[in-house]
Amino acid sequence: MITKYALRFTALGYLTMLLLVPVGMIAWKAFENGWAPFWASVTDPDFLTALKLTLEIALIAVPLNTVFGIIIAIMLVRHNVPGKSLINAVLALPFALSPVVVGLCLILAYGQSGWFGADLANAGIDVIFSMPGMVLATMFVSLPFVAREVMPVLREIGTEQEQAAATLGAGQWTTFRRVTLPAIRWGVIYGVILTTARCIGEYGAVAVVSGNVIGQTETMPLLVKRLYEGFDKQGAYAASVVLALIALSTVLLMTMFKPRQEA
Amino acid sequence: MAINALNVTKHFGDFVALDDVSLEIPDGSLTALLGPSGSGKSTLLRVIAGLEKPDTGTVSLGGRDVTSLPAHKRGIGFVFQHYAAFKHMTVAKNIAFGLEIRRRPKSEVKDRVSELIELVHLHGLGDRYPSQLSGGQRQRMALARALAVEPEVLLLDEPFGALDARVRKDLREWLRRLHDEVHVTTVIVTHDQEEAMEVADTVVVMHQGTIQQTGGPRELYEEPVNQFVMGFVGPVSTLGDAMVRPHDVEIRHAENGTTLAAKVERVVYLGWEVRVNLRLESGEMLVAQLTREEADALAVEAGQAVFVRPRKVRRWSEGDGKPDVVSAQPH
Amino acid sequence: MASRPLDSALPEPRSFASPAAALPGLAAGTAILYLSLVVLIPLAALLWAAVGGGWTEFWDAVRAPDATAALKLTVAVSLIVVVLNAFFGTLLAWVLVRDDFIGKNAVNTLVDLPFALPTIVVGVVLLLLYGSSSPIGVDVSYSRAGIVLALMFETLPFVVRSVQPVLYELDRDMEQAAASLGAAPFTAFRRVIFPNLLPAILSGGGLALAKAIGEFGSVVLISGNIPFQTQVASVLIFGRIESDNQDAAVAVSVVLLVLALSILMLINLVQRWGTRHDH
Repeated sequence: MITKYALRFTALGYLTMLLLVPVGMIAWKAFENGWAPFWASVTDPDFLTALKLTLEIALIAVPLNTVFGIIIAIMLVRHNVPGKSLINAVLALPFALSPVVVGLCLILAYGQSGWFGADLANAGIDVIFSMPGMVLATMFVSLPFVAREVMPVLREIGTEQEQAAATLGAGQWTTFRRVTLPAIRWGVIYGVILTTARCIGEYGAVAVVSGNVIGQTETMPLLVKRLYEGFDKQGAYAASVVLALIALSTVLLMTMFKPRQEA
Repeated sequence: MAINALNVTKHFGDFVALDDVSLEIPDGSLTALLGPSGSGKSTLLRVIAGLEKPDTGTVSLGGRDVTSLPAHKRGIGFVFQHYAAFKHMTVAKNIAFGLEIRRRPKSEVKDRVSELIELVHLHGLGDRYPSQLSGGQRQRMALARALAVEPEVLLLDEPFGALDARVRKDLREWLRRLHDEVHVTTVIVTHDQEEAMEVADTVVVMHQGTIQQTGGPRELYEEPVNQFVMGFVGPVSTLGDAMVRPHDVEIRHAENGTTLAAKVERVVYLGWEVRVNLRLESGEMLVAQLTREEADALAVEAGQAVFVRPRKVRRWSEGDGKPDVVSAQPH
Repeated sequence: MASRPLDSALPEPRSFASPAAALPGLAAGTAILYLSLVVLIPLAALLWAAVGGGWTEFWDAVRAPDATAALKLTVAVSLIVVVLNAFFGTLLAWVLVRDDFIGKNAVNTLVDLPFALPTIVVGVVLLLLYGSSSPIGVDVSYSRAGIVLALMFETLPFVVRSVQPVLYELDRDMEQAAASLGAAPFTAFRRVIFPNLLPAILSGGGLALAKAIGEFGSVVLISGNIPFQTQVASVLIFGRIESDNQDAAVAVSVVLLVLALSILMLINLVQRWGTRHDH
């Protein structure tokens, strides 16, 4: 059947020219002049600082979003909380809202001339243009993943197991720890993978709140932009390769841990 | 239109679904393909329909070789076990589908759809969606849809399998009456021997990808060619190397030289018949079927010691599965 | 991103009160506090800033020539991209579900790449092949075509992941019924398969649209940010923030927020519409 091959060729061709070749080229370009330039770029102090900062932010944002994601999921699925629609909308918003707008919202709330600006200044806390702001921005954009992966699992497993535990004398926390948590663990793991990827890769929201102070508030994505525009293309490519490798690992993990939707 | 399948073989990987099957179905008949799961009956039906391609063999419809013809060009009607309703279309649109894609004029389509809706007793439901109908109604819609384009052959793949027992019986009778009216060559696949016997002129018994026997219901029941057919087409008990039908087992309270000693284990009163479960000295189980009058006259009870005499058995010799029929002398 | 986040933009959970997994009030309270600090308060601050300066000032900022031009460009380009990726996405989903070839699993995995790759890297990467030193002589830098390209990369997976599960679950009997009734393969696709895929295409497309309208990182390098020509709304907002012109930034941001919420609502409606025939 010609149609079959035509469809296949078009689909794969599209994917190749849009995705594969460009991403493949970054590796080629990064190592075009050999290993040495690449190595120089990734051992550069700015690079290492940016990498450290990126990972630190992720290390704060991911656990927080995981814990609260699980709590929110349980709230929405197992309980009748007021404002359910609002919470649902909040969970959907990070998928749809421009990252730049996210950054602006945070500035307006916690910036120097923002709502809490004066209070924060008095308490000596810098949010915008410093680490807490970047963490907040990262948390905003990566908020929904764990919750949205856990909710369907909670729905699917139903309450019977939890009720059985109750009849056997288990208290709330014990039930959660021994029955609910194990049942949702694959949803949580998958959600964590998605959250981490988003935290590491976020650009727009963090760019707005960071102030771009090199060596202090520059994450890896911000570093890429600066190097590229500052004509250190080699450095930009090197950093991009590192980020692309992380992304590829993420995508592989996603495939491995993907919940059985195509069962 | 007559159907002719010749030397059809079909594999699914290592599994042999059809093994050199040949079958002739006369024009205007109602034939049942009967067999257990995995016997190949559905596969054969789908090969005839063009929904599966055979590895070898040919299929002819009305004398024309259609083996290499795709399903949508064969002019057959197909009814699926789970209805295959176009869930995004109304009942009327479902039925009209075949006519619309043949670009028939709108008025013709409208008339034919109304006619069919009446025929299948779905009056007033034309604007409903399949999700709003019961299983039986959906299947009647599916039938109307298949009949709309006046196919020369109608194929039904376990059409009543997903329905309740009561609905199944009603639709069975209804299908038979429809066939008597419309006379389209019809083939129905079923694993329910009662259904096959009740509905069809000819029954084709299949097992493990081959045809075991073809014949009318009575012929299959009384002259089965092998153990499988005998066991599948009706109830049997095994007596050593022979098989006996429950209604061929006589129960007596006195010996007479041709009887065997047995103990009544259970008497099941089914209303229209009485079934007696017996255990012989040899340990074998025997089931006897009596009318209510016979049972009353005999006054059988659980725990009783009685004597049994099989009136007619079929004995199978080793190897070829062919029967040596032994009829005990009538008394 | 799993296809579950794309299944329903606004999730619809039911509540099963379960005594054993009951939430201590403390946990729930902290969660609400968390959501407020991270999302609700900042959003409220935006809305406050928008109306705080007065309604007329708001509209003036939105109707500033470059803002209007940026918004028009953003919406137009996003719509084009969504239509294109609706087509390619459905095609890819079809090939991934119905076809089989060596490396299919790898291809299926790679479709998720735009979800995982940082947006700024996407810009760098696309410029390598399609920029000023393009080895194949295609240069879309500083052009609208470049914006379209970046957005197509970013929105590639949405329709694919939305359509895939639906296609996978689609009752094959319906297609065979259509064939038995005389429908040639394309007719069967047009009349039977496609109508059943449409809700998924629309909701995936909706999410893609929202993403495209707000996209920043992948566009900022390629587009060159030429006002009235290649300046999209998000880049305009960024520029305004950097030049401390907050009012204009706020106004355009509110427009984007309203667009995002509207799209989410529409997606929700589409999903309700799509499941209306399921029993």
